Amino acid sequence: MTDPLFKVVDLTIGWDETVVQRDATFEIERGEIFAILGGSGCGKSTLLRYLVGLEMPISGSITIDGVAPDQSVPGRPLFGVMFQSGALLGSFTVAENVALPLQAWTALPADAIGGIVAAKLRLVGLESAADRMPSELSGGMCKRAGIARAMALEPDLLFLDEPSAGLDPVSAVELDELILDLNQQLGLTFVVVTHDLDSIFKIGKSCIMLDRESKSIIARGDPRVLRDTSTDPRVHSFFNRVRQEVAS
Amino acid sequence: MPSAFAIEHVQASTDRGEIRLRGTLRFAEAAPLWTELRRLETTASRGQTLDFEMSAVQRIDGGAMALLACLRAELHRRGVKSEFMAADAQVQRIIHLYGGDHAVRRLKRRRPLGTLDQLGRATVAILHELRLVLGFLGQLVVAGAGVLRSPRSANLRELPATMERSGADAVPVIIVINFLVGVAMAFQSAAQLKQFGANILVADLIGISICRELGPLMTAIVVCGRSGAAFAAELGFMQVNEEIDALRTMGFGPMRYLVLPRAVALIVVVPLLSLLADVAGVLGGLAVGVTTLDLTARAYLNQTMRVVSVWDVSSGIVKSVVFAFAVALIACQQGLATSGGAQGVGRRTTSTVVITMFTLILIDAVLTIFFRVAGL
Repeated sequence: MTDPLFKVVDLTIGWDETVVQRDATFEIERGEIFAILGGSGCGKSTLLRYLVGLEMPISGSITIDGVAPDQSVPGRPLFGVMFQSGALLGSFTVAENVALPLQAWTALPADAIGGIVAAKLRLVGLESAADRMPSELSGGMCKRAGIARAMALEPDLLFLDEPSAGLDPVSAVELDELILDLNQQLGLTFVVVTHDLDSIFKIGKSCIMLDRESKSIIARGDPRVLRDTSTDPRVHSFFNRVRQEVAS
Repeated sequence: MPSAFAIEHVQASTDRGEIRLRGTLRFAEAAPLWTELRRLETTASRGQTLDFEMSAVQRIDGGAMALLACLRAELHRRGVKSEFMAADAQVQRIIHLYGGDHAVRRLKRRRPLGTLDQLGRATVAILHELRLVLGFLGQLVVAGAGVLRSPRSANLRELPATMERSGADAVPVIIVINFLVGVAMAFQSAAQLKQFGANILVADLIGISICRELGPLMTAIVVCGRSGAAFAAELGFMQVNEEIDALRTMGFGPMRYLVLPRAVALIVVVPLLSLLADVAGVLGGLAVGVTTLDLTARAYLNQTMRVVSVWDVSSGIVKSVVFAFAVALIACQQGLATSGGAQGVGRRTTSTVVITMFTLILIDAVLTIFFRVAGL
């Protein structure tokens, strides 16, 4: 069995006197779609900021292929990150946003970069929006452009923060299919922060569920299995709420 | 480290060639891959075929595939037929993912605009902007008339706070700037006037130019930079945050609720600031007169009061009222016309300052000529 791509050991995160999550330990295998679940305010997006190295943990360790992520040190990124809003740079066109990491971290000539940008945008269905400014895009288009930018340097690992939040159902399904395609065809590993369980049941292979009260991981495993077998009332009610909504 | 891929060009016939790819094609080796592909693709010309033979490709990642797909598209656009051939199932899936088996669409190339086109577009844009400002002025007048008919419909709650922010908070900077303008002008003129023994005339020069021109103008410029930019940014953010739409759906017109209080606040405080600016400017001249021209403070002030008429001060106040209205009008119009997020807010704030500065100078010139022609 190969080593896990991503290892989190006894991670405690927070700021000043506030602890958001305590002693979190989990591993992410290569090529899986891993979901971080939980209700609003449980620290999912905060945890993501620590996982990608934007914040330093209070204690514990995070390693990606044996390297601790640290965004305070400039350098070629080890992975791609898509933020909740897409976080495109507002003064650049969509194509320029995607080209930015290629220009900064590769020695490719301009025509090759242009070719890669066009292919990435075609991949996420934004070929015709290459020359548009981020302010001219819808929320879903911004997210897809954010994914194209995160994929520009061909990382093996992508972090997605709430990819389907704020999207209409059709766009959300299209985004799920894109993630599945990239995972299955290119073998990319995804870490997805979400509370959209429809999406998780469709794409998620494994997950952890965070809890705000206990500030800890209360469940881990295949989301479908957790839904059907978990006896923890918090996990049960989290999944059951969706079932009731679907039934009604 | 040896290359994980190999490329070979095979010319099967005069009009048919193949680029045979072998091994593992990775983004990490994109630069040599691209250089080699670029070299080989020039061997084909319009009407010929140049296929990518992929049977010996063991693995390909997205970055390398992006380059191949880009090259195929470019060959098609040059009239060279090109397809990916004989790929195994795994590689074929990636070819499909990147659209390598789709028909190549012709790109619409944007024709760069000529100088004349750009000038024309810029002129149309300026005229369009002017029309919007005039339309906005009309709406403001209608809203103002509505408030006069029904004073209770005005939003007066924001008025004191706006007057404080635009007026009281600007006092220190207005005093310092106008004092320094008075000092600088007095220094410039003192050297000339001293040659003719006309030292006392520095009081005439400073008094009239500050009260009629520079006091109101400098005050308006400071108010434009402080309050005008703040109004535009504030309303712009409200616009992109849909707060203006929310106000509309609650029955508040932005004109009465947001624009009128700001316009009234500036129309009240800018003349007062101008008076303060007049005093500060004259004191700046006085400081230079006393320290470098051997004038007494009493003589300087007596000369100023003798020369500066009530109309000199009043004409400056009239100008400052017009300036205040222009600043409020342009800032609020630009703010409410904002679209496109944070960048839009920044753009409109910048254009507010630029347009207002230009307008202030224009208004000043027009009013000065008008007063002179009318004998005022």
